[in-house]
Amino acid sequence: MPDIVFQIAIIITKIVVLTFIVVLPLVPLSVYFERRFSAVIQDRVGPNRVGIPFTLLGFKKDFHFFGLIQPIADGLKLFLKEDFTPDHVRKVFYWMAPALTVVPALITVCVVPFGSPISIFGHSEKLVIADLDIGPLFIFSVASLSVYGITLAGWSSNSKFPFIGGVRSTAQMISYEIALGLSIIPVLMYYGDLNLSKIVQYQADNGWLIAPLWNEHGTIFSPAYWSTCGPQWLFWFPAAIAFLIFTISIFAETNRMPFDLPECETELVGGYHTEYSSMKFAMFFMGEYAAMVIGSALIITLFLGGWSMGFTLDAKIADWHIAGIGLAGLIHIGVFLTKLIGFILFFILVRWTVPRFRYDQLMKLGWVVFFEAALINVFLAALVVAAPQLGPVIIGLGAVLLAVVTVAVIWVAKVSEETPKVLRA
Amino acid sequence: MAVVKLQRPKLNFGEKIYFGALIKGFFLTMSHAVKSLRGKSVGAETLASSGLGVTMQFPEQRWDSHLPEYYRGAPALVTDEQGRERCVSCQLCEFICPPKAIKIKPSEIPSDDPWAKVEKRPLEFDIDMIRCIYCGMCEEVCPEQAIYLRKDYLITGLKRADMVHDKKRLYEIGGVRVGLVNKWNELK
Repeated sequence: MPDIVFQIAIIITKIVVLTFIVVLPLVPLSVYFERRFSAVIQDRVGPNRVGIPFTLLGFKKDFHFFGLIQPIADGLKLFLKEDFTPDHVRKVFYWMAPALTVVPALITVCVVPFGSPISIFGHSEKLVIADLDIGPLFIFSVASLSVYGITLAGWSSNSKFPFIGGVRSTAQMISYEIALGLSIIPVLMYYGDLNLSKIVQYQADNGWLIAPLWNEHGTIFSPAYWSTCGPQWLFWFPAAIAFLIFTISIFAETNRMPFDLPECETELVGGYHTEYSSMKFAMFFMGEYAAMVIGSALIITLFLGGWSMGFTLDAKIADWHIAGIGLAGLIHIGVFLTKLIGFILFFILVRWTVPRFRYDQLMKLGWVVFFEAALINVFLAALVVAAPQLGPVIIGLGAVLLAVVTVAVIWVAKVSEETPKVLRA
Repeated sequence: MAVVKLQRPKLNFGEKIYFGALIKGFFLTMSHAVKSLRGKSVGAETLASSGLGVTMQFPEQRWDSHLPEYYRGAPALVTDEQGRERCVSCQLCEFICPPKAIKIKPSEIPSDDPWAKVEKRPLEFDIDMIRCIYCGMCEEVCPEQAIYLRKDYLITGLKRADMVHDKKRLYEIGGVRVGLVNKWNELK
């Protein structure tokens, strides 16, 4: 009996710490980064004032924290604003939609490994809330629920711009989910596992998927590595294609800038959240940023080694202890969060660099380019993975077949491209 | 109306692939970011930036020393070297003022005053700074060189009443101005 209580206590601690202390603060933090980084890109300063007003208390100087308190001030403002519900909306769905965008993003936190198992007084505990054996599938299935939030918001607002935003969002999410799912099949084939903790552990031992600079025989500096790194680098090509497609699809999936057609200020006022105000609007905002955080976490976990430091350093720090607490777990959390913030900064850089796509370009990119590329990539990866077991004749045959299929697909895509008709003046 | 057909530009393979433009874009934005962090943005020097981007951080740094001679700030009344208030309350500025910000109550100068021959001076002279649009017409129209737009730009108040500059405040801002035409002075 006490054992069960102990287990439940551990699970609740993990949920509270990882969701509310690690992930949720990342949302306002990324809003702050967004504002400061975009400001720096545009030769501005950005929010750098909000802090503790010591001068009001008679001290000489204020303390600004570089404006890090700004998101709290923003949140407080949104809390205190009037929560206005227009007369013409369908109330139930209107109220439900914001929650439906935030909740899925936060649920997906539970399968992301934040660090290596942490040992406290000899008791080892994994830094995952739920160590599921279907990690990425769980994330896809739950994260795609957030499209309901946006669609319902668009429909229930009962007004034209949110409606168009909702419809766009539905079409966009469905299109890109296919590319998203297909693009990681090569990755899963390579690992032979769907458990995210094991995937990260594998990468810690055998090199990150995108940077295979070490394996179990040593790092890039030792000769043993060079004699065994062949298959790793061979798989690097399908992995890089998968990484590209997956990253871009995550951008589309989280409605980030080059693909943010559902909210598209220039065309649709505010898109699906036009009719929302106050905390309901803030929920959409939070949902979007939480999705961005989770998306980055997933990319890092699958392609960039999750919490691992790389270069076989992870095994070396594995038994460092201070006062009975293993340092490895804590260091790995730090490494993971550093990578996460780095990737969020990349998201922000993309947002302030790449202009928004036109809707037909977006659809074409999803259906004609990424869908086919991901599909071909699956077969390419299969060939690479299976090559050691096959004879040279079959490998050659497979390569020729793959080349033929690729050319055929490109030809079909080119032919099916509509040539603009000449209109009569 | 004639229909003008625009031909879309033919893109070559590199342009269609789009990645070259993306990478170029990243270099552009990042070079802006690095330059602005080092305080070397284009125009940072001429705009007296604070060292981050081109922005001057206002309450600590001020543009005051860079204000041009012709800057149009708050309108104010001036006195001359003899300490005479220049305004003769002709009310021309009151009539020309486009937003009707100026209110003047004229009064007579008593006969025992050394400047009695000037005859009139304002009893009250109010400029509502909420209404004022800093157009400078009052300065232009004044036949006595009595009202000038000064370089004060931080006109703030907590109440509407604070924003109305009365005669005392206007002379405070305006101060003494030298080198004006002394048309009421026998010495010239």
